[in-house]
Amino acid sequence: MNVVTNNKWIGQRTIRPDGVDKVTGRAAFAADTNMPGMIWGKVLRSPHPHARIKSIDTSKAEALPGVKAVVTARDIVDFPVDKSVMLGIQDMRWMCRNVMAREKALFPGHPIAAVAATSEAIAAKACELIEVDYEVLPWAIEIDDAIKPDAPILHESLKFEGKPSNIAGRLEVKKGDVAEGFKQAEVVVERTFTTRPVHQGYIEPHACLVSVAADNKTTIWSSSQGQFMVRAMTAYLTGFPQSDIRAIPAEIGGGFGGKTIVYLEPLATLLAKKSGRPVKMVMTREEVMRATGPTSGSKSTVKIGAKKDGTIVAAQGTFYLQAGALPGSPIRGAVGCSFSPYDIPHVLSVGFDVLSNRSKVAAYRAPGAPIGAYAVECVLDELAEALKMDPLELRLKNAAKQGTKAAHGPVFPRIGYIETLEAAKAHPHYTAPLGKLQGRGVASGFWFNAGGESSAQVNITEDGNVVVTTGHPDIGGSRAAIANICAELLGIDYRRVSVLIGDTATVGFSNLTGGSRVLFASAMVVTQSTDKIIATLKERAAKIWEIDPEAVKWENGAAHPASPNAGEFPPLTLAELAAKAPAMGGPIGAGVQLNTEGAEGGFGTHICDVEVDTELGIVRVIRYTAVQDVGRAVHPSYVEGQMQGGVAQGIGWALNEEYIYRKDGKVDNPGFLDYRMPVCSDLPMLDTVMVEVPNPKHPQGVKGVGEVPLVPVMAAVANAVHNALGKRFYALPMSPPKVLEELEG
Amino acid sequence: MAKLHVSTTINGEPMEFLCEHSDTMLDALRGPLGLTGSKEGCASGDCGACSITIDDRLICSCLMLAAEAEGHEIRTIEGMAHGEKLHPLQQKFLEMAALQCGICTSGMLVASDALLRKNPRPSEEEVRFWLAGNLCRCTGYDKIVRAVLETAAEMQEQGLKEFCQ
Repeated sequence: MNVVTNNKWIGQRTIRPDGVDKVTGRAAFAADTNMPGMIWGKVLRSPHPHARIKSIDTSKAEALPGVKAVVTARDIVDFPVDKSVMLGIQDMRWMCRNVMAREKALFPGHPIAAVAATSEAIAAKACELIEVDYEVLPWAIEIDDAIKPDAPILHESLKFEGKPSNIAGRLEVKKGDVAEGFKQAEVVVERTFTTRPVHQGYIEPHACLVSVAADNKTTIWSSSQGQFMVRAMTAYLTGFPQSDIRAIPAEIGGGFGGKTIVYLEPLATLLAKKSGRPVKMVMTREEVMRATGPTSGSKSTVKIGAKKDGTIVAAQGTFYLQAGALPGSPIRGAVGCSFSPYDIPHVLSVGFDVLSNRSKVAAYRAPGAPIGAYAVECVLDELAEALKMDPLELRLKNAAKQGTKAAHGPVFPRIGYIETLEAAKAHPHYTAPLGKLQGRGVASGFWFNAGGESSAQVNITEDGNVVVTTGHPDIGGSRAAIANICAELLGIDYRRVSVLIGDTATVGFSNLTGGSRVLFASAMVVTQSTDKIIATLKERAAKIWEIDPEAVKWENGAAHPASPNAGEFPPLTLAELAAKAPAMGGPIGAGVQLNTEGAEGGFGTHICDVEVDTELGIVRVIRYTAVQDVGRAVHPSYVEGQMQGGVAQGIGWALNEEYIYRKDGKVDNPGFLDYRMPVCSDLPMLDTVMVEVPNPKHPQGVKGVGEVPLVPVMAAVANAVHNALGKRFYALPMSPPKVLEELEG
Repeated sequence: MAKLHVSTTINGEPMEFLCEHSDTMLDALRGPLGLTGSKEGCASGDCGACSITIDDRLICSCLMLAAEAEGHEIRTIEGMAHGEKLHPLQQKFLEMAALQCGICTSGMLVASDALLRKNPRPSEEEVRFWLAGNLCRCTGYDKIVRAVLETAAEMQEQGLKEFCQ
């Protein structure tokens, strides 16, 4: 392991800047802000999975005392279906139809109208008074039903192979000649897997408060994974210019990808505009479950061929991912990440974006990659069994390394995948004895990671302390890591650095918190800003000492002569130079805005032990070790936290979580009681091993760490269940009824 | 129907508020009382983000009617620290990074405090089952459980009675 040891703050478990607010209840999340004169917004939602909207009559609702405004799709900017208008990875022609149904209601829970009234109760009552004439249409929920020849078509304008189809897109990644490759194979395993849609499960429901002045100057308080995304999407959907909208990021109560798009903000903006009153909207948990994005359900077929010595010669994957009712499933993650941990000469990976009458999917931690990895890593387990090889040995023999051309295109620089395999193999967990009905599984995973736009402003206060403002909502401790980096560079105590998240009017454009990009990108702009400040501080010290700036060094929070040749002067501290600032050229501060590049992919290898209760069908995870190449753990506690949180979500996905549909096409379990996420008593301690192979393209060696830990989990659990029972499951979740069925069948 | 007038004690202070008959205690806390530290994650008693105590009994405030607070003693996250001095659980959560987004943290702390008052040296299993009603989606619970166990050990060693009254 290549660990930098001479740092004072990078790598330390410092107290996070926003910590005290969060342990005392002071932190303001999306639903915690109120305004004088504020009224409440509510959404009327479709009861039908698929229905043409023939007419909407809002007159009775508008006549109800206390109702101040009603909006429908007519008030939202229409983006015609035949022309794509992209904002990042989101297409506004689908986004405008997701925030409010236009021609048709496409899933139960699809917004039909929104009302603002003087109380929540009046707003809810008004929603009941809206008369909607629906022509109910046949619907399709599952992939097989949506792609069969006579399936009801959600969007007539979308065609696949020349005909209207629910297949909204196809993506292919190809390397070598897969047919030729399989001819060389001596052992081939091919299996088909299914997974169910699972929700990100953030505990904070979507919420916002919007105020619109008479001149259209708009302020939005909401929690999201990007205040600039909120500004841009709201501008597109309302027709307001972006310069009129100030989006203020509230503390965010979990997102995991699910808060990378808007649901309420455009509706609240239009209601506030119409009513002339600030409008607050808060989703119920049921609305979150019915109408916000889970990740895709899937059907995947993976075929892998190897020589008898374990050399993999060819791999093929076909991944059908559910988009929900509007196009945009994460096929790129499934197609592009699944085979990337391996050096395979012949690969063909194809994905299909499949529409059905479910809520539109949203990003979820390494979008698409866990679905692909589940299939690939389970097939590798069977391949290892067929070859009588240790599953980690099979992976080591085929592992991607520096110079490997990944299936999805790039040639890997120095990466740490092999290190994760070796660390897993050497871990005492891997050889610990197992009891009766216990089993052990391993799996690996890869995520691209991301760079992109980031802005920061670093200012020195008059008393010589530091305020850093960045533009990315802090979803899991990024402010703590930024404080460590800035303190390290300036050579001061980290408690002298405040780190704030700016709003869209106070900091430069910064892309979403997502894709495991935040610390990678913000550390770059904060480092460059701080370097500029240090250059200024050195210039000013040089001026005072009347020497050349080159002859000044910055160390331990003060300017020093670089060498005895430069002269002998007592050090000038940051506080002393800050006090002299007015006389020496003015305030000290610097901002940097970049489109960051050089984010390198991340790899993880996990070991999972399970015990199966064959009477009740319950699979319990009894031990778990996650090993990951984390680049550089700037704040190790929050890196471990990302790994542990990803593992817990994966265990839920593997063992319990799923949307259960009724015969009428509605979700039957839209709450935390029946949509069963892991609770504290379901899990063991989640051990982590951070392998540090620094990213050579980053000033601190940072790699994204948030997405990778979800990628291997489902396969690790499934392989452990096989090891315990001698039976393989090809469908998730492996919940008690399904385990019992398998055991009894 | 006219609003109800309720007199109660919140975090040791006598308080009065008006509420609708159907308002929950969580509605009252977050609304007229302005105590937004208790969070609404589900409104059905499944997530624990609104955990408070009434007469030292841990409950989900979304499952209690506001009117039921009459004459009782309510404690919320806002009453946990003594002025500037954080409760040992709050301090340990910070030191051990037992929070990520922080939305479940208020409820986790109130529930953990209620546990330690009842059972000052819980086992890991006891902590896990006691906190099974408090959902956290960020941490995987590992650091939360460790922070509670370590606080219990330290509080017993140091005899931090001021927080156990």
